[in-house]
Order: sequence, then structure tokens, then C-alpha cells
Amino acid sequence: MTGAARRREATGFLLAGVLLVALVLVAFSVGRYPVSPGQLWALLWAKITGSPSTLPAAMETVVFRVRGPRVLSAIAIGATLAAAGSAYQGLFRNPLVSPDILGVSTGAALGATLGIFFSWGVAGIQGLAFALGLAAVAVVYSVGAALRRHDPILVLVLAGIVIGTLLGSCISLLKYLADPYNQLPAITFWLLGSLSSITVVDLLAILPGVVVGLIPLWLHRWRMNVMTLSEEEALTLGVDTRRVRLTVIAAATLMTAAVVSVSGVIGWIGLLIPHFARLLVGPDFARLLPAAMLLGAGYLVAVDTLARTIAPLEIPLGVLTAFIGAPFFIWLLAVSRRGWQ
Amino acid sequence: MRLEVADLAFGYPGKEVGRDVTFDLTGGEVVCLLGPNGGGKTTLFKTILRLLAPRHGRVAVDGQSIAGWARDRLARVFGYVPQAQLGIFPFTVTEIVLMGRTAHIGPFATPSRADRAIAEEMLATLDIGHLAERPYTEISGGERQLTLIARALAQQPAILVMDEPTASLDFGNQVRVLGQIERLADRGIAIMLSTHDPDHAFLCAHRVALLHHGRLARLGRPDEVITAESLREVYGVQVAITPVARADGRTARVCVPALGDGILPAHPGPPS
Repeated sequence: MTGAARRREATGFLLAGVLLVALVLVAFSVGRYPVSPGQLWALLWAKITGSPSTLPAAMETVVFRVRGPRVLSAIAIGATLAAAGSAYQGLFRNPLVSPDILGVSTGAALGATLGIFFSWGVAGIQGLAFALGLAAVAVVYSVGAALRRHDPILVLVLAGIVIGTLLGSCISLLKYLADPYNQLPAITFWLLGSLSSITVVDLLAILPGVVVGLIPLWLHRWRMNVMTLSEEEALTLGVDTRRVRLTVIAAATLMTAAVVSVSGVIGWIGLLIPHFARLLVGPDFARLLPAAMLLGAGYLVAVDTLARTIAPLEIPLGVLTAFIGAPFFIWLLAVSRRGWQ
Repeated sequence: MRLEVADLAFGYPGKEVGRDVTFDLTGGEVVCLLGPNGGGKTTLFKTILRLLAPRHGRVAVDGQSIAGWARDRLARVFGYVPQAQLGIFPFTVTEIVLMGRTAHIGPFATPSRADRAIAEEMLATLDIGHLAERPYTEISGGERQLTLIARALAQQPAILVMDEPTASLDFGNQVRVLGQIERLADRGIAIMLSTHDPDHAFLCAHRVALLHHGRLARLGRPDEVITAESLREVYGVQVAITPVARADGRTARVCVPALGDGILPAHPGPPS
């Protein structure tokens, strides 16, 4: 790599890192109970050193109990969805693919809707969301494997769309049958995605799935580059494409299902963020993955901060990400040349 | 290294494309596969590379069947130059060539400094060092073809399989690629390529295989196989074949087709 390319890459990472730190500071500061950066620092210092703080106890509660878990979750969930999106886009050789494509999100959504419909507890809802998210991908993958005469990528994507639509209509049926006073608002709220009720327990619950999913993605970082070539090229370059595809799909699905099961469906991050990451650091997966995670984390922190501050009523994340994502995506289409950068 | 293809029948599930193909290939030799569109050249290559399962017969390297070989082992023996395709993501030319090292590095490893040196060496071999940092998605078709050859060479294969390496190239790049093929054979690599141009076979091949309706119609020295008679039989056109002095002092045969009367309908049906 030349010095210029190296500098461009370093600048990209620096930019993404600084952006994330700045957005996290803003997220901790703004809201119905404003906290200045100085007060934030004083609180943090007091917490680290164990010395008594002169600031009001309410402020400590806001920072450590209310905003803390929420900001940390936004970081974890944004990074995860962006990582999964980068993996799916490379694997399916298609920059328009996102974690929703294999029915993960819709499967998880159906699971959560069922859980709410049967009035299960939070753990039950999350468990069911997780299980059905994985099950949806398993079905999509088996359909793809059964139809071996076609291009494997195309079959998977088409099967994902068909199964996703089918699961979507099951969700509609449940909404139709649900109790309109208790269940329907809860289902709708979940389907639109939100971090408002997230807790430290939720955060700890998703971390194993995220970490277990990230490891194979990182280990396959070079082979993931080769997987973006055509199937036959990847095979003749020595990649066991079936094994890599199965491993990476399982890993990315696990991560997605884990976060979607606590946050609800948050679209657009997995689709949009990898494009920005490629613009910053290029398509090499070893650089793309960490860059996408930094950007995804920053993006969700920013969107979640907007969601709770721009209106008296909290706006669902799914609505905001769509309103921000759609124009950005069209802009990306316009500025991208033949290659996706 | 010696490649043996014995009694091979090839095709897709439920559809046979060709059969009874037997030939061998040794290091330093260039075999050129010639034949009309739809004659099965690409399908034969894919079967030899085990991208398709043989319907019958076997492919062996040094007497050992490749049927059970793992992908990375195959990729250390066979280099494949597909017809140049557009990339999806803007990898640099260096990164594309580095992908040729994949079979030599562990499943979870990334290319080492030594791998990078090999990639750079291959770029220099093909005279495309100036493209190193250019995105593969933005270079010309000829440059992409040369990049794919460099990538196949980075695999350090004993056998190089090239599917129409001169198609879609301008005249200058065609000549450059043919020159490379000659030099690579001099380095001891066994090369198998397909082409639509009999003149190219005259220029670079030691032996020519004429594939017609999925069978080897002829196999032998270029001047034995490429004759007015065989080309009329396979392509249905009248040609004159004459020796011409090359600028480098050697002699080459060229095919000159007649464009008037005597052209038969394209692709006469298979023999019944």
C-alpha cells in the first residue's frame, strides 16, 4: 500500500473515532435534563476516584442510570447492525443487501409480536424473537440449498424476500387479532424500534451473541474479500465458499437476532453505514469491519439522541432512521460511480 | 506436473454437453482449445477445474485423481483466468492480485509481507505495476484481463487454465497476452487456453484441440489440426492457410477466410 492510501485510511479511522466520541458526549449532555461537559467530567471523575460529588444526585441518576445504558446500547447495537450489514453485502456481492434480507429482522419481529400477543414476559419475548429470527434464516438457507440448479446468491436473496413477506403477513394477522388497547400499541412500538426502555440487563444479554458473531467475521476477514468475487472465482482461488458462507451467515444472523430481540426492528443502519465505511477506508474487510462498527455506533447514538430530544414525545427509531436513511441512500446512489465506494 | 484428462464426459445436471475427451498436458506446454460457440469449451474447463462434477471419466494430476481434493489444494495447482468480469467493490489492482495468494495462507490469516512481494512481482511481470493502486472497477477491459492473469500467477500454479484470455481485448493487448503465454510456458507452466481465433493458436500453441459438439474432433500439432478442411468441417467456412514471415524473423501461419460463395450455414447439426 502506498503512503497516500495509508494516510487516507488513517484519516478515515480518525474521523470515525472522533465523530463517535463527540456524538457520545452530546448524547450524555442533551435532553430534558441538560448536563454540561464539565459536569459530565466531574461526575465521571467522582465515580472513578470514589470521592463525593458536589453535583445533585438527580444528575448522577440521569447520567449513569438513564442515559448511560441507553448510549452504551446504542453503541453496541449500531456497531452490530453495521458489522452484520458489511458481512451480508460482501457475502451476497450486492451493496443493496442488508441484515433484513434473509428474513432475520422479520423473523425476530414475528417472534416478538407472538410473545406480546401471548402476553409473555420480557425474557420470553426476547427469546422468541431470537429463536424465530434464526429459524427464518435457517428456512431461507434450506430453500436456497434445495434449489441447487440456480445461482446460489440469487436464490438466497429471493427466498429471503419471499419468506420475509410471508412472515410480514403473519405479523399483520397478529396485529389484526391483537387487543387494540394493550397489545397493539406494544407491538407497534416494538416494530418501530426503540431504546427508551433498554436496561443494563438487556445490554449484558445481547453481548454474548454479538461477541460470538463477531469472532468468525474477524477471522474470515481476508476470505471475505475473496467472497465478493464471483462464486467460481472464489472457488478457484481456493476458498471453500459453502463453508465460509454458512459460517458468516450464521454469525451475522446471530448478532442481528441478538440486538433486534431487545431493540426492536431498526432498519437502514446495516444497509447505509457500510457504504460510508467503504468511502472512508475502502472495501478491504479488515478495515471495513472496524470502520463500519465505529460509524454504525456513532450513527445510532446520534439518531437515538434526536429521537428523544427533537419532540416532546419520543419518536420511534425506525421512523427516524428511515427519514434520515432514504435521502442519504439516494444521495449515495447519485455520487457512486460504477464501483460502490 | 502432468495433467491427464481421461474419457471425460461433462455437462450440467441432466444435460450432457460433451464426452469422450481424453488428452494430457505437461509443464511448459501450451494447448489451445478451439471450437465454435456452444461447443463446450467453457464447460470442459469448468469440469477440469472441478467447478462442475464430471459425468464420467477422471481428471488426474501426476496420476492422482483430483476428485477428493480440497479447494485450497486445487488452487495451489490450478490457476484460472476467467473472462474479465466487472468487480462490485472497488478493490485496488494490488488487492485483487493478492487474492491469488489465498490458497497459500491459512484460513484465518491475512497476506504477509512475502505474499505482497509476490503480488508486486506478478504486477511487474505483466508490466502493470503502474496500475497497482488503481481501483479494479475503473480500469479498462484489457487491464482487467492482465490483472486476472497476474492474480492467477500469484497462485504460483503448475497449470494455468485461461478462458478466452484474448476476447474483449484490443489488438495490442491481444499480442501482449499471447507473448505472456509464451514466456510463462518457457518458465515451465502448463497452459491450457481457449480462443476463437485460429491465428492465435498458430502463434502460441504447441498443440491444438478442436472441440466440436462436445467431442475432440482433432488433437495434435497446430499445422496438423488447423487445416482448411477441419475449419470448414467445424465452422462451415472456407479458409486459405498461408505461412507469413513474422517481424521477429519466425514464420507464422495465418488463416484467411473467403467471404463470398462457399460459406455453409453456421453450426451444421451434430452428427446423427
